[in-house]
Amino acid sequence: MEFFSHQTSYPFMATRKVWYTLSAVLMIGSLASFFIRGLNLGIDFTGGVSAHVTFTRTPNLDEVRNKAAAAGFKEPQVQTFGSTRDVVIRLPPEPGQTAATIRTKLETVVKSMDPSVDVAQLEVVGPQVGNELKTSAIWALSFTLLLIFIYIAFRFHTWRLSFGAILAVLHDPILVIGFFAVSQTEFDLPVVAAILAVIGYSLNDTVIVFDRIRERFETNRRLPPGTVLDQAINQTLSRTIMTKVVTSIVVVALLFLGGPVLKGFSEALMIGIIAGTYSSIYISSAIALDCGLTAEHIFPSTRKSAVDELP
Amino acid sequence: MLEYARWKYILIAVVLFLGLVFASPNFFGEDWALEIARKDHAAVAPDTQKEVESFLKEKNVHLDRSYIDKGRLMVRFPTAADQLAARDVVNEKYKDDYITALSFAPRTPEFLRALGLRPMPLGLDLRGGLFLLYQVDVNAAVNQALEGYAQDARRALSTANIPFKDITTLATDSGGRPNTVRIILPPEAELSAARNALSQPFQGLSVQSEKLSGGGNAITAVMTPAQVKERQDYAIQQNITTLRNRVNELGVSEPIVQRQGIDRINVQLPGVQNSAEVKNLLGRVATLEFRLEDTQHNAIEAERSGRAPLGSKLYTHTRFGRPVLLKREIIATGDQLTNATVGNSQDGIGVNVRLDARAGENMLKTTKANLNKPMAVVLIEKRRETTQVNGKPVSRDVTDETVINDATIRGVFSTNFVITGLSAGEARDLALLLRSGSLATALYVVEERVVGPSVGSENIQKGVTALIIGMAGVFAFMAIYYKVFGLVADLVLLANVVLLTALLSIMPTVLSLPGIAGIILTVGMAVDANVLIYERIREEIRKGVSPQAAIRAGFEKAFSAIADSNITTLIAGVVLWVFGAGPIRGFAVVLTFGIATSLFTALMGSRALITLMYGGRRKLARLPI
Repeated sequence: MEFFSHQTSYPFMATRKVWYTLSAVLMIGSLASFFIRGLNLGIDFTGGVSAHVTFTRTPNLDEVRNKAAAAGFKEPQVQTFGSTRDVVIRLPPEPGQTAATIRTKLETVVKSMDPSVDVAQLEVVGPQVGNELKTSAIWALSFTLLLIFIYIAFRFHTWRLSFGAILAVLHDPILVIGFFAVSQTEFDLPVVAAILAVIGYSLNDTVIVFDRIRERFETNRRLPPGTVLDQAINQTLSRTIMTKVVTSIVVVALLFLGGPVLKGFSEALMIGIIAGTYSSIYISSAIALDCGLTAEHIFPSTRKSAVDELP
Repeated sequence: MLEYARWKYILIAVVLFLGLVFASPNFFGEDWALEIARKDHAAVAPDTQKEVESFLKEKNVHLDRSYIDKGRLMVRFPTAADQLAARDVVNEKYKDDYITALSFAPRTPEFLRALGLRPMPLGLDLRGGLFLLYQVDVNAAVNQALEGYAQDARRALSTANIPFKDITTLATDSGGRPNTVRIILPPEAELSAARNALSQPFQGLSVQSEKLSGGGNAITAVMTPAQVKERQDYAIQQNITTLRNRVNELGVSEPIVQRQGIDRINVQLPGVQNSAEVKNLLGRVATLEFRLEDTQHNAIEAERSGRAPLGSKLYTHTRFGRPVLLKREIIATGDQLTNATVGNSQDGIGVNVRLDARAGENMLKTTKANLNKPMAVVLIEKRRETTQVNGKPVSRDVTDETVINDATIRGVFSTNFVITGLSAGEARDLALLLRSGSLATALYVVEERVVGPSVGSENIQKGVTALIIGMAGVFAFMAIYYKVFGLVADLVLLANVVLLTALLSIMPTVLSLPGIAGIILTVGMAVDANVLIYERIREEIRKGVSPQAAIRAGFEKAFSAIADSNITTLIAGVVLWVFGAGPIRGFAVVLTFGIATSLFTALMGSRALITLMYGGRRKLARLPI
């Protein structure tokens, strides 16, 4: 079986203004919702308390909320988690509260509704830990981008490709963050891991296209750069789509079977993989072209430098 | 004709064989088990093993088998219900001499276990337990060191008969230098003599002196950054050792106590559910002081006036309900203890204490000189109290000093004696705390997670289901899309999962839920290299190249793309590894190892297999790709 039995020849470079506009709209939308709505940060980042309670029958969430508030918990958030009998209660950080006192207080609250309830999981995170995690997540992201910029510039002899790769790569996490801002899905530590994995995978695609660009330029120095880039993208298109289809199979399995703990993680991966595939096809090479990429940049002409050396 | 070097075939076979062996313990699963150990750390006797077995049968608890492993009795059960029932009945009958811990025992056959092979250790999110993140007050440790320098300086100047006005320790001095000891000398004190006297106690510090405008001199000694760091590291290391001792005393199976970042310690206790009791024991800063009582003055009088006589200290918190005055000199402290056990004496339950030689000598001298005078034991505990001041939380350290015992010295003793006046529970906790050593500085819990055992097994089950379904989907898709070559890719993928499992089993990393997600993602991404190669082969065939030349060109031309693309993913993996903690690091480890194993299997494994299948055929018209 083959989806791409004939070599495709889509004019990606000629239509790049369209894709730029689409990406710009999506990115502005993502950033706008990020700044307006913000992220629903998990207790990994904000600090606070998160308790996973399993009831024997479906509880009334409002009742849980009211009873918790009546017991002295400030701003309790109550949501179902997976099944309707599993409930997660989140509380903002409160100084001087230990897990033990919270557990006792919480158990009294939920036991008054259902005597055989089970507090299956309880997490208490200090606010300072959360702040440090935010900082280290931003460091991790910046560091990854810097290292990758250097690696690509070194491997392909030109910053133009690095620049295209980094812009395309920034594009993907911004869209993922935009999705989390719009859907208000909980943004926790595994989501950060997923975003970094997305960066890795998106680059993976971009680099494979770049590798083909280098190969095409080596044999066709006289062709206009736009044509060479189009050829490179079209020739790697079947591989790009195929790999993404296969990866999506496992991500879909994770999304539907991995349980609620991995839901945010799988969603981030799914959105990221779609965005990453799109950006490595439509964006990264186009930006390198607009930065003035030619064959000369990847393979500097030896004859020219010989001329320059003459007195 | 396609050829592939023989040594490469051998290498692949050896790696695969080792991978299968190392991965094999994971395929046997685990049993519910109960670990039973003696409180005095002696090995459990075979007689006890028989006794426990028949006792459990008597109580209608089903058990698979029991055996003694490293001095501990392990009992295996067919169900979790039996395990819990067994713990309850065993605890009831044997609680005085034995401690029990719930655990999992791998069903790995004996011969594999003898080789030191074990399944991947599971994280707390997969098996349930208590996670604690402690903050160590490293600044307090540095302050202690500074106080030590100041005390040495005071002593050195007094011995040399050099007058001084004041000796202070400063966290930051007026010039902005951190961690300073400052000595103010009056005009009559000779600077050079003072510096001479201080050269010994201030060894290694950077010492400076200046003239003061009001006459006299000031000497400042600053701890170097290296000394500060050394002091902090020492405090953390000391606390880790103490925490390890205390965790071992609790009888938890496979606990983890490790440093995290600069000033944190992370403690993981699988199977532990009762966090309050455990936390209370782990984080307690408790030490003892032995002092003589001041019988010449009236303690009640001192309490009323609020002033203790010179050379004495007033204690209002006592176990016997009246205030007491104790001499300032300390005969011995908790640090000088070599052992502490609970025992019965004629005065009721008590803690049998053994001191080290130096403290024993001091004790001997003191008891000889003070026969029939009272001596007191002071328990000193530090804790952190958080209160609301103007709506903001303010933390401060509180030291509680309680006189737990006040008894007349009836005989001369040195290293061995008994502390009485405690309840049975207090005696047990105090003995444990004293035995495990004291913490160098106080610890505070900054993060705490308790995962119930049912949540853990549910997480594993979901992860494994997702893995199996995901893999099945990938296998079917590859086989349909690339026919025989797709089956080769599937085999290679299977080998990849085996190798990854093997690597994760021999590495000291813990598998958590994000780790399982990492394995699933690796399965998805590992086919990428094969896809690159196969698409290249198809491209070559389309150009009209002969099948075998197409295979060769496919592998060769795809190589640089595979290498470059995997290195960029590797960069992301390594950065996550370095910056991440806990489950994120687990994910990064799997991602990084996954790239390594998938490169090996896709580049070498599939090439070997395809060469074996098609390399030798002379008449090959078409490839099933």
